[in-house]
Amino acid sequence: MDVVISGLLLGGAYALVAMGLNLQYGVARIMNLANGEILILGGLAAFWAFVSFGLSPLLTLVIVAPLAFIGSWAMYRLLLRPLVRRAKTRGQLEVDSILATFGISFFLVGVMVSLRAEYFTYSFLATPVHLLGTTVAANRLVAALIAAAIGGALYFWLNRSRPGMAVRAVAVSPEAAGLVGINVDRVSAFAFALGGAVTALGGCLISTFVTLDASSGVIFTMKALIIVIMGGVGDIRGAIIAALILGLVETAVASIIDPGLTLVAAYAIFLAVLLFRPQGLFGQGSA
Amino acid sequence: MPDILRGGAVLLAVLAVAALPLLTDGYWLSIAVTIMMYTALSTSWALFSGPTHYIALSTGAFYGIGGYLVATGMSDFGTSFWSMMAIAPFVAALLAGAIGIATLRLSGVYFVIFTLGLAEMIRNLVSWVQNNFLGSKGLYVLTELEERHIYWMLLVVTLAVFLFGWRLGRSRMGFALRILGNDEEVARHVGIDTARTKVLLFMTTGFFAALVGAIVAPRYYYIEPNVVFSPELSFLVVIMALLGGTRRLYGPLLGVIPFTLLWEVVSASFPSATTMVLGLAFLLIVYLIPDGVTGLIGKLRKRSVP
Repeated sequence: MDVVISGLLLGGAYALVAMGLNLQYGVARIMNLANGEILILGGLAAFWAFVSFGLSPLLTLVIVAPLAFIGSWAMYRLLLRPLVRRAKTRGQLEVDSILATFGISFFLVGVMVSLRAEYFTYSFLATPVHLLGTTVAANRLVAALIAAAIGGALYFWLNRSRPGMAVRAVAVSPEAAGLVGINVDRVSAFAFALGGAVTALGGCLISTFVTLDASSGVIFTMKALIIVIMGGVGDIRGAIIAALILGLVETAVASIIDPGLTLVAAYAIFLAVLLFRPQGLFGQGSA
Repeated sequence: MPDILRGGAVLLAVLAVAALPLLTDGYWLSIAVTIMMYTALSTSWALFSGPTHYIALSTGAFYGIGGYLVATGMSDFGTSFWSMMAIAPFVAALLAGAIGIATLRLSGVYFVIFTLGLAEMIRNLVSWVQNNFLGSKGLYVLTELEERHIYWMLLVVTLAVFLFGWRLGRSRMGFALRILGNDEEVARHVGIDTARTKVLLFMTTGFFAALVGAIVAPRYYYIEPNVVFSPELSFLVVIMALLGGTRRLYGPLLGVIPFTLLWEVVSASFPSATTMVLGLAFLLIVYLIPDGVTGLIGKLRKRSVP
């Protein structure tokens, strides 16, 4: 039961990050490998605000979201759109955006190392809470609840509003979306920026119960990618389920076998997905 | 230039490079070893990633397998350096084959993602096995080999990579690979087994990377999984190959030499700035020289011809 509860709580935070990446890859079609660094930046902001000003990470969320939105939007406009324009084929864009976002990711790690080279350690809401007969840290519970709230809001916005529908249309087919009068360029930039903001929020939340440091971003990028692929690219519902599965399996492996093997567990899942369901959990047809 | 002259020039150049350890030892020899190592790694990387456009980030993993197998073989199982050096490349090639079969049938992104965390994942797995089953004592690689011996061995590997690449360019498989790189759909329609071609070539990349890792292992003396399974190495190899350009066999060499020197300076004088330099190098390549130095030279030459 312990494993199930903490696995689900961890999965909740992963789901948020994967949703951010899904918006960027599914809609703007940029494989953003600097995603994990945006997450760490969110965590760094929460840490810094807490240690320097005693600001609760929950308040930092409100500041981080617009900043990450603007930052990601600028990143898309200045660095990535030129690549979209230059690319002759989808494959070319893929290679270019992978390399460019690697560059951005290393650059951000470099910047963060110069800001703070040690671990971002702080203690927020580290009090035990009793839940369904087991004990969890309050910070994990709060993080998972907020992640669920943000994720739910995003899900409703995408499925129930006009701009949300435009975003989904671009995800399905940029050409067709353009034909029905959707400004694909603007929607892509918006989706990319929104994805960045969601990821940074995830970083704020994760930093309350996981000790991060400047260079741990790539592990999160890796996990978010595995979740997105397992859930099916562009499929928000699939991503949530996939995130919960990853959270559960990781927690189970960490507590039963060895905490050093969580990445190995993530890879085992990844391999299984590639071999048996490369189109995603709920996907149809071939990938 | 007639073939015989060209062949003679290449032979002379090889002999000159091979004579280097007779002229210098110490600092410059160690730089030369590093350059030789990255030349072998980047050139064999480019043989696969150049035509297929799949950014393989697995070099660090295969290199680590080479180094680690030598270390664990010598320390835990009492085998000789030479037998481990002979085994390691085949182990890595088999692993590369398995990874290739799982990922290369699908879109390129999955392959990139899979290789991205590979070194780190294998490192975690190896550390776990080491701590739980083999006892966590240190792994020593003690041999009689000196720096110059390592240099010569790496030179042989580098020549083998070049020879392989040269032969490949003239073979049916090389031709298939060029078609595949231009348009996979077309390749499939003219009857090329695209998955098989990609997997086989990826296996050779893994083979050479592990061989290099095994040869370089005596340089470390004491091996820790944290050191040999270095994700950074994978990225350095990618940068060097792309900086030089992957369209020509000698392209990566033109990236390796300047970047190794730059990297030496940066890691000696500004060790905290290495990650940022890595990032800037990637951005520089993508935005300013997407076809590498060789592509740039080709463009300039075309312009000067009226």
